Amino acid sequence: MTATTTSARSELSELGRSETALRTFLHGLPGVDQVGAEQRAAQLGTRSIKTTAKAQAIDLAIRMVDLTTLEGADTPGKVRALAAKALRPDPADPSCPHVGAVCVYPAMVPHVAEVLRGSGVHLASVATAFPSGQAPLEIKLADTRAAVAAGADEIDMVINRGAFLAGRYKEVYDEIVATKEASGDAHLKVILETGELATYDNVRRASWLAMLAGGDFIKTSTGKVPIAATMPVSLVMLEAVRDFREATGRQVGVKPAGGIKTTKDAIKYLVMVNETVGPDWLDPDWFRFGASSLLNDLLMQRTKLTTGTYSGPDYFTLD
Amino acid sequence: MSERVAVRKTYKLFIGGKFPRSESGRSYLVQSSNVSLASRKDARDAVVAARAAVKGWAGATAYNRGQILYRAAEMLEGRREQFVALGIPGDEVDAAVDRWVWYAGWADKLAQVYGGANPVAGPYFNISAPEPTGVVAVVAPERPALLGLVSVIAPAIVSGNTVVVAASPSEPLAAVTLAEVLATSDLPGGVVNILTGAITETAPTLAAHMDVNAIDLTGVGDAALATDLEVKAAENLKRVLRPAPGNHDWTADPGVAPMTALLETKTVWHPKGV
Repeated sequence: MTATTTSARSELSELGRSETALRTFLHGLPGVDQVGAEQRAAQLGTRSIKTTAKAQAIDLAIRMVDLTTLEGADTPGKVRALAAKALRPDPADPSCPHVGAVCVYPAMVPHVAEVLRGSGVHLASVATAFPSGQAPLEIKLADTRAAVAAGADEIDMVINRGAFLAGRYKEVYDEIVATKEASGDAHLKVILETGELATYDNVRRASWLAMLAGGDFIKTSTGKVPIAATMPVSLVMLEAVRDFREATGRQVGVKPAGGIKTTKDAIKYLVMVNETVGPDWLDPDWFRFGASSLLNDLLMQRTKLTTGTYSGPDYFTLD
Repeated sequence: MSERVAVRKTYKLFIGGKFPRSESGRSYLVQSSNVSLASRKDARDAVVAARAAVKGWAGATAYNRGQILYRAAEMLEGRREQFVALGIPGDEVDAAVDRWVWYAGWADKLAQVYGGANPVAGPYFNISAPEPTGVVAVVAPERPALLGLVSVIAPAIVSGNTVVVAASPSEPLAAVTLAEVLATSDLPGGVVNILTGAITETAPTLAAHMDVNAIDLTGVGDAALATDLEVKAAENLKRVLRPAPGNHDWTADPGVAPMTALLETKTVWHPKGV
């Protein structure tokens, strides 16, 4: 470790102490070239991944899925069924890997925990007044503690977009730090809700803010607003985690969520990960897909590769 | 003044209400026109489009389906000259229009004739109603080019099925022109999908596809291929229609069998009120 990186590191860790320092740093980040980012993302979507590479990509993507249900109509029975699917996504094929995690509301965590215990599938819970994040801090922290106490080992928090867009970065920072503390040993995923951040510059700033405050993962969206994960937004976030590791030595994961429905989309993301941040991130510990319908498409494509005939939605569960 | 250069048509596929080229980019020549040579991936896309259309089409009222099919007959009549220019006899076009109208009339009568109240020994109503099978793959007969095509498509879709048609490799122009008729008939996209090209390439994919519910082998002349397709279709217990070999008289009254072969019967018990 060189002297410069060590000093850069201590400088970065000091940023959270003052509103001014944080603002100066975040606004000092280089701007995102919008046209360039969109073109680069589109170009990465044109790679042709076939046969054995495709089979590998599909299995990796399955292992990266955060199988998600975040509905008002979720019941204990429904989330238990989803958890069972997470363990054995394709009951007809024992060689099919299990998914990365199951993601549910805090009230559903105990029901999922029963099914997943000891399986290696992580249990993620959204918290901090998901999806809007518009609640007093004590309530958000209580929400987080309850989820961890019930058995969640990953917490998906939402940032306070109201404060972020109003420029009160310190407030957002402090909330993430407090939530990180409340989550204890659980992994903290910070949802930026990029659809509400309006510009790529804001996405880059929010990514850095979340990483500086101690987030273990940065996640694009809640899936509850019309614009969810897009390729360019994920590209900007991947570049941010790459630069952050360069500056601090700490690796942060990325989770695009919402709107990724097909195997084709998922493979485009994997190509982007590989070509932007490299194979270090091609692992369920560092990259996840927040999705529900994606899994069935992955399974159908997997079946096509193993049997040679096209499958149909009739042969996989509705979740 | 320079002489005008004619704008010539490329005959494309008909998938999901659109006219895409084959994803493979291939084409072949028929009557000096370029026709798309569909690949297995085009067949896959067509099945996806057909599956997506089932809910809306089967859920439309029988009366509405009848209206739309009648409209298709009107459009077909209006393009009579175009079909004649492709070499289809005028009589055959007329017969195809009449056949289409005849099936259109069946739309709101099938349920009355093939459904009904069943007698039971208990305080229940017991009702049977015919329902469509789902996605039907059809290998269209080579001759007659138009009447044969109409006679396999219309009976499948009248009851609410959606179809993926593998058009005859030697007569694709009539099929694509029929697609243009259907595209202007208020028929929802995906109800009829037409693939042109080699049967040996598209039919096995359709026969093996797990999301296809029935397959009509009328246009498969080669007995060995037909048997192979039957074997593939058995994997998910597809309904298979394989007409007896020999010359089929397409001008004769087709009867209701082509429609009823693609129906399923739903029977429900309903308690009687006091």
